[in-house]
Amino acid sequence: MAEGRSPDELRELARRMRCDIVSMLTEAGSGHPGGSLSAADIVATLYGSVLRHDPAQPALPERDRFVLSKGHAAPVLYAALAETGYFDRTHLGTLRKLGSILQGHPDCKKTPGVEVSTGSLGQGLAISNGMALSLRLDGMMEPTVYCLLGDGELQEGEVWEAAMFASHHGLTNVVAIVDNNGLQIDGACSEVMCLGEIAHKFAAFGWEAVECDGHDIGTLVRVLGGARARAEAGGKPVVVVCSTIKGKGVSFMQGLADWHGKTPTAEQAATALAELGCNGEVA
Amino acid sequence: MGEKRATREAFGATLVELADAGMDVVVVEADLSKSTTTATFEKAYPARFFNAGIAEQNMIGTAAGLAVGGKIAFTGSFAVFATGRAYDQVRNTVCYSGLDVKLCPTHSGITVGPDGGSHQMLEDLALMRVLPGMRVLVPADARAAASAIRVAAATPGPFYVRLGRAAVPLVYDEGFEFELGRAYVLREGTDVTLAACGVMVERALAAAELLAAEGVSAEVLDVATIKPIDADTVVASVARTGAVVTCEEHSIIGGLGSAVAEVIGEQRPVPLRRVGVRDVFGTSGDPEELMVHYGLTAIDIAAAAREAIAVRA
Ligand SMILES: Cc1ncc(C[n+]2csc(CCOP(=O)(O)OP(=O)(O)O)c2C)c(N)n1
Repeated sequence: MAEGRSPDELRELARRMRCDIVSMLTEAGSGHPGGSLSAADIVATLYGSVLRHDPAQPALPERDRFVLSKGHAAPVLYAALAETGYFDRTHLGTLRKLGSILQGHPDCKKTPGVEVSTGSLGQGLAISNGMALSLRLDGMMEPTVYCLLGDGELQEGEVWEAAMFASHHGLTNVVAIVDNNGLQIDGACSEVMCLGEIAHKFAAFGWEAVECDGHDIGTLVRVLGGARARAEAGGKPVVVVCSTIKGKGVSFMQGLADWHGKTPTAEQAATALAELGCNGEVA
Repeated sequence: MGEKRATREAFGATLVELADAGMDVVVVEADLSKSTTTATFEKAYPARFFNAGIAEQNMIGTAAGLAVGGKIAFTGSFAVFATGRAYDQVRNTVCYSGLDVKLCPTHSGITVGPDGGSHQMLEDLALMRVLPGMRVLVPADARAAASAIRVAAATPGPFYVRLGRAAVPLVYDEGFEFELGRAYVLREGTDVTLAACGVMVERALAAAELLAAEGVSAEVLDVATIKPIDADTVVASVARTGAVVTCEEHSIIGGLGSAVAEVIGEQRPVPLRRVGVRDVFGTSGDPEELMVHYGLTAIDIAAAAREAIAVRA
């Protein structure tokens, strides 16, 4: 199993992942920077500290599982997988190209470390529940299934079908994480279709909801790292609602819905990479 | 007419047999366990049965997750909801990931009866057939259904097994073993091929009797696997007979009729007539009344056969 990294090492991992995200999306010429960057600290904390996994053995039965329900943020997952050694970094430059192992949205048949294909929003939590049930049936009580959802994604009805299901079955081995960046494609979630109080909604569905800063590594380590124990203690599934900024880390992308699914020009990318302190070795 | 049984009756009982035999099967249902008979499995293996509630997308998604975890996941519900309501889940999660999810919904076709058009699924074969990696089986009777479910369990990847509500005559003997991708020649003939599936197989056999009385020799095929279709058997048959009638309790668009048309169109064009529901929704009624109303009887098949033969001649 991989060694847990220190907070400083996690910050460095997140920074490198942001560099990877900008570089691979620029090279690809299409894809989703905003929601990839907003989730970078969350995903870095998971892969660098919280998940018990072994990149050399992606199918290790004892591993914790990660499901990227907001599949359009594939670049953040690919960056984490590459940075932790699931596949060679050279693949990052092939994102979205013909023959690549890195499809536009996660494809479990093509990419080592991807548990299940996603991309159609709203489905990851139900899948995670099934994976958690399967672990339980096999008497594997240790592994946890972590599922990352977007806030806009919560507008899909299946998410709430699954939320009901997880609490009904007391699935304490599922941890839902919401990348609550407040934006979707057409604008602010509050204007497109207001979600109200996300934590309250989950609580009403029988979950324990925890809110935290989705960019503070120290907090993420504590909250995500403690989520499973919290679920066991409370006998309910736990959701961590993370306050995030879409496009986080690139000044001209931050907080703008416009950067949901648009990639930077070469010039913009150079600015972004400079801001992120990316050296040639990463880009 | 001999014994009648609904194909759905095979569902729960076969699942129990599979679990008894040590297969790692689980079931996810959507509040229809009594109608689909998955309640039989729940009774025998309560820990391996999960009710998703009236939430078909969740049913498919949860089953997908169980399959990711290595289980052979069967799902219930009615054909209309399991395919239509959860189509994206079946496409993007089950088929795209190539998972061991076996959809065996019941209440397909017009033999649902009085519940009417909202519940009579006539487009499921069309929807399932176009999905890459999906295998589509339409058992003709309860024995074939039991065997088809065993095949689905034993063969990796997504399956759609179409089951029905109404009791229908047994076509096959005890011990019948379903072979994936095989069409069965149930009666040999030289003048016309009657290619049927599901509850229409028995009607095609009856139509062959009617035609025989007029001196027309009909060959009857049970095209029990719609996908992958047994093109060799279909082509060999139409090569002998020179005309074909497809018979299905489904829309004439997208199901068996289309599958056969695709095969013969490319490999051996011969006159074709499609017996099925002609691009309309169903309606309330007694199952047998509806079969007459929509032209799905042996008499209709025989009439279509005469037309196909006339075109050829
Ligand atoms: C079922 C489905 N509908 C629509 C889309 C198109 N789509 C991709 S991303 C997106 C917005 C997602 O917003 P959110 O969940 O808030 O993600 P984030 O802002 O974190 O990127 C939409 C509508 C999709 N992928 N799946």
